Amino acid sequence: MSDTPILSVEHVGVRFGGLVAIADLHFDVHAGEIVSLIGPNGAGKTTAFNVMTGFLKPSQGQVRFRGTSLQGLQPHEIVRLGLGRTFQRTSVFPDDTVFDNVMIGLHRQGRARVLDTLLGRDRAGEAHLRERARDLLDWVGLSARAGEKAGALAYGEQRLVGVALALATEPAMLLLDEPVSGMNASETQLFVRLIRSIRDRGVTLLLVEHDMPMVMEVSDRIVVLNHGRLIAEGPPAAIRADPAVIEAYLGTGSAGRTAATETADA
Amino acid sequence: MTRHLPALALLAALAALPFGIGQDPYLLNALITTGIVTIAAMSLNLLLGFTGQLSLGHIAFFGIGAYVSALTSLGFDVELVGGLRVVHEPWPPVAGFLLAVLATASCGYLVGRLSFRVRGAYFVIVTISFAEVVRLVALNWVELTQGPLALTGIPPFSLGLPGLGTTVLRTKLQNYYLVLVVGTVCYALIARLVASRFGRAMRGLKENESLALSVGIDATRTLTVAAVISAAMAGAAGSLYAHYLRIIDPDVFLFSTTVTMVIMVVGGGKGTLLGPIVGGLLFGLLPVALRPVMVPEAQWMVFGLVLIAIQFAMPRGIVPGLARLVARRRAPAAASRVIVEVRS
Repeated sequence: MSDTPILSVEHVGVRFGGLVAIADLHFDVHAGEIVSLIGPNGAGKTTAFNVMTGFLKPSQGQVRFRGTSLQGLQPHEIVRLGLGRTFQRTSVFPDDTVFDNVMIGLHRQGRARVLDTLLGRDRAGEAHLRERARDLLDWVGLSARAGEKAGALAYGEQRLVGVALALATEPAMLLLDEPVSGMNASETQLFVRLIRSIRDRGVTLLLVEHDMPMVMEVSDRIVVLNHGRLIAEGPPAAIRADPAVIEAYLGTGSAGRTAATETADA
Repeated sequence: MTRHLPALALLAALAALPFGIGQDPYLLNALITTGIVTIAAMSLNLLLGFTGQLSLGHIAFFGIGAYVSALTSLGFDVELVGGLRVVHEPWPPVAGFLLAVLATASCGYLVGRLSFRVRGAYFVIVTISFAEVVRLVALNWVELTQGPLALTGIPPFSLGLPGLGTTVLRTKLQNYYLVLVVGTVCYALIARLVASRFGRAMRGLKENESLALSVGIDATRTLTVAAVISAAMAGAAGSLYAHYLRIIDPDVFLFSTTVTMVIMVVGGGKGTLLGPIVGGLLFGLLPVALRPVMVPEAQWMVFGLVLIAIQFAMPRGIVPGLARLVARRRAPAAASRVIVEVRS
């Protein structure tokens, strides 16, 4: 863990008309960390992701990635800086095969210009990309599905395609939006292993996730949002015991608190 | 190579066709004009089928190609604002063809740049407006275009080969093969394009734009390049049209021709390489088949019925429909082949 953060969210606020989706969000992620962004539905987690990746312009504040301000950059420019992401719902190109999905994802790794293509001058580059695509599918464990239409895969497998697509951009940092939703327990375990292997290859991870046991298991640090505000930040053990977090998830009252402790312990 | 087998078979059949029909001039004429519109439909398919953007003014590129090519080979003498006089001496038709391609490519760039920042319905409206503006210019700038009086006496194509002299393509048979060659070149270019990195970027944008952006695909640039290439091909078709018919008037900009092209693409199968060709031949030659039995107005009704029938039986068009039938018959063999390919 180095001292200069790889990603800094600096006092970001997002308003949709009168609705405050995010208010003064401020936190850092350091290189090599696995950080989770959690909070009840509607807390502003996905909105925060959309701001970091250029899909939404913040009403105030800014995001810095590796020291560069992302202000005014388009999504395709941000990913070129090394900040990749996956999506919550639609994580694949549905009409293409899994293999071709990854080939589309390798866009930035290809060098071929349109003129080269028209003149048929890019055979070697294409062969290299196909090899990379096979490696990536092998990494996320989808080699056996390479020839199938991505839209026809099970939900959990589509998420893996999404991760392979994001990895294809060779990110320094990866934002995963609810990566294990729709996965069963054993799939989730495999995914935790995948996340660790991604980190072991030097990629910093920030995830939005609802699966609390998974979040507690995999995260170095957790950032908690509620109603667009940061309410807690710290290692899993501290978050588990934080009264503000328990209240946000379950409301006040002793029954809620007991249930919360049980959930957190599970 | 097996991938291109249907296309090669079709090419061989089309190359042999004039001899099959005994070089009947009426049929050859129908085949040539159908071929020219089919090239335009192929160019439209590059946008509509592969990027999902509907250009309802595609005929503008076709018409500009026709006028640029015709005026280059006819020469002109016009006075611009401020008494500036522009005189152009006639150049050979081949130069007209090249200038037509360049001019329409530039128009494609402008229209693309203007509209792809917003896309969708906005692009449809910009293309329609563009076509209408160009039509009005062709109609009213009489000094340059002769307006409704039409540009006449456009020279036919002539091909000069060093050492072999020059051949003027006067016969229908020669023009048939010229159209076939240009069409084949366009087909090959589109086939290369869609199988490449650029083609994958287009497909990605069409299937899931946010995801495409998130892997670093530049939407505006990709769609603009597609529009440039598409417009250039439509312009090439327009040039062929001008030098074959040897007379053009502002009616080349008729909106209904764009509609015919859309019907060809959608009926044949948008987003497939062969779709616009199959659709183009079907809807281009249908009037020939129907002419002995009904008046043109009734033919339009048959057009509609045929399109409805196609959409009913094969919702994605003829080519994807047939491909699916073939795949279903071969399903077990194909499935095992895929697995072998993946493992190897």
